[in-house]
Amino acid sequence: MAQRQVLLIEDEPHIAEAIRFILTRAGWTVSVLEDGARAMARIIGDPPDAIILDLMLPGRSGLEILADMRADAALRDLPVLMLSARGQGRDRDAATRAGATAFLAKPFANGDVLDQLEAITGGGAARREPA
Amino acid sequence: MARSPLTGTRIRERRNALGLKQAELARASGISAAYLNLIEHNRRRVSDALIERIAGAMGVDPVTLGEGAEGALFAGLREAVASLELAETGGGNGAGGTSQAAPDLDRIEEFVGRFPAWAALLVNRQARLAELERVVETYAERMAQDPFLLTSLHEVLSAVTSLRSTAAILVETEDIEPEWRARFLNTIQEESLRLSGTAEALVGYLDEMETAETGLSSPQEQLEAWLEARGWHFPELEGGGTEPAELIAGAPELASSAARELARGHLQRQAEDARALPLDPVLAALAELGPDPGALAVRFAVPLAQVLRRLAALPEGAPGLGQPGLVVCDGSGTLTFRRAAPGFLLPRFAAACPLWPLYEALARPMQPIRALVDMAGRLPQRFLTYAVSEPRPTGFDGPVLMRATMLILPAPAQSADAPARPIGASCRICPRGECPGRREPSIVADASAGRA
Repeated sequence: MAQRQVLLIEDEPHIAEAIRFILTRAGWTVSVLEDGARAMARIIGDPPDAIILDLMLPGRSGLEILADMRADAALRDLPVLMLSARGQGRDRDAATRAGATAFLAKPFANGDVLDQLEAITGGGAARREPA
Repeated sequence: MARSPLTGTRIRERRNALGLKQAELARASGISAAYLNLIEHNRRRVSDALIERIAGAMGVDPVTLGEGAEGALFAGLREAVASLELAETGGGNGAGGTSQAAPDLDRIEEFVGRFPAWAALLVNRQARLAELERVVETYAERMAQDPFLLTSLHEVLSAVTSLRSTAAILVETEDIEPEWRARFLNTIQEESLRLSGTAEALVGYLDEMETAETGLSSPQEQLEAWLEARGWHFPELEGGGTEPAELIAGAPELASSAARELARGHLQRQAEDARALPLDPVLAALAELGPDPGALAVRFAVPLAQVLRRLAALPEGAPGLGQPGLVVCDGSGTLTFRRAAPGFLLPRFAAACPLWPLYEALARPMQPIRALVDMAGRLPQRFLTYAVSEPRPTGFDGPVLMRATMLILPAPAQSADAPARPIGASCRICPRGECPGRREPSIVADASAGRA
């Protein structure tokens, strides 16, 4: 079975590194992107099994990227875990409205990231080949 | 002598204290008992001569019946009631769900008359409450919009997030490779430094915020309080030798930088006005022409608005001016300068009455407007106003910015029977029920309705 791919779009290098370490140990292949502007090209060119998306990004906000994805038939169902430093209220609502599959407020426990990611990808193998 | 609405109440109390019947006092004062009754219920204005007769009949000093600065107390108490109602209807989550019975507005007079110190205390507390509400609002706005705070908080959360994750990795991963361990320890070091740097900056910023702006009043209020204390006139600016900056430097009342900036602009304009309309010639012309801004503008060949401003910045006691008031607004109607004339109520925060000649002037640029007005109150008080609006110089390509100015003078004695425009201070505390300009319901019952 191929390793599951997750694309992490996060501009804070230390946060990205920590997440990458945790997910890699759990068996995920993690690629990291620091810049929102190039995200869509990367997602279309090499669609991962799931995306972890920070809300505040340089270049392009996570919400805009998410909206673009949801407007694209091929990416409509791609699981997206949204991260934001403003956990309550507006950001959570905005993420939900834009079509985030799950939401996690910073700071988070390492286990939560893994649990959420497993939950939105069906808890196991790469079985997303929708019609 | 200033005629306070309380004169009637005072007469009634004094008469009761003396055990006199209304009819007896009326006879001794040479008026009918019915008329005295109206006076005692503050429904008729009393002339100075009549006060003296009534005081004489009771054997008291007329001053004890007439004096008083209760006007401000009345306005303050009405404001208190208005804010109470506002909190109940608009606030939604105001303290206590049970609605409190609003005080009986009809009895304000009685309250002020019998418990002046309590009334003053209440008004004082109300003013303080309004100040604090303003501070809270300012801070809330700042928290929500201040880019420095938002950025700092984001920094803090980011640092905390990576610290938490990294520390957890180090603690929970037993078989971590030495390179990774070194890397993560390094991360902890870097993020700790970042966090302490941000925290330091935040503390410094909050400290500065507290000291720079004592936060108790708006910059405009600080400026007004200072000008009021200085009598609205600066002899130092008359000769032209003193720079506004020197005056401002010696004024600790101007606590915030914004207030000092407002003061600088105001003093500069006042100095220009003093140059264009030098003190001695202006006083001479006033004595000769009377308080007629139009004639003075022609005499000195200066813009009308400049004359209006100058007349409100002369030393006290200039002939025919009494204690003049002046209001200036910009194109949005916002009052940018306020000098209150006694009895001409200026709203503290709320928007003013749309019937003020000031706003008529705004709608008719360059056209001088002279209007007699009756300011609503228990007993309407009459003023003569002069208003004009002129564009501020912004050049050909700049935006067109209008500025309206209105001078408020006591009405001349001979205008007592002339028709006057009924106006108010602000809708919430204005008793004129049937007003075409009304924006929102008043909390004050219409004085003319239901009282034949």
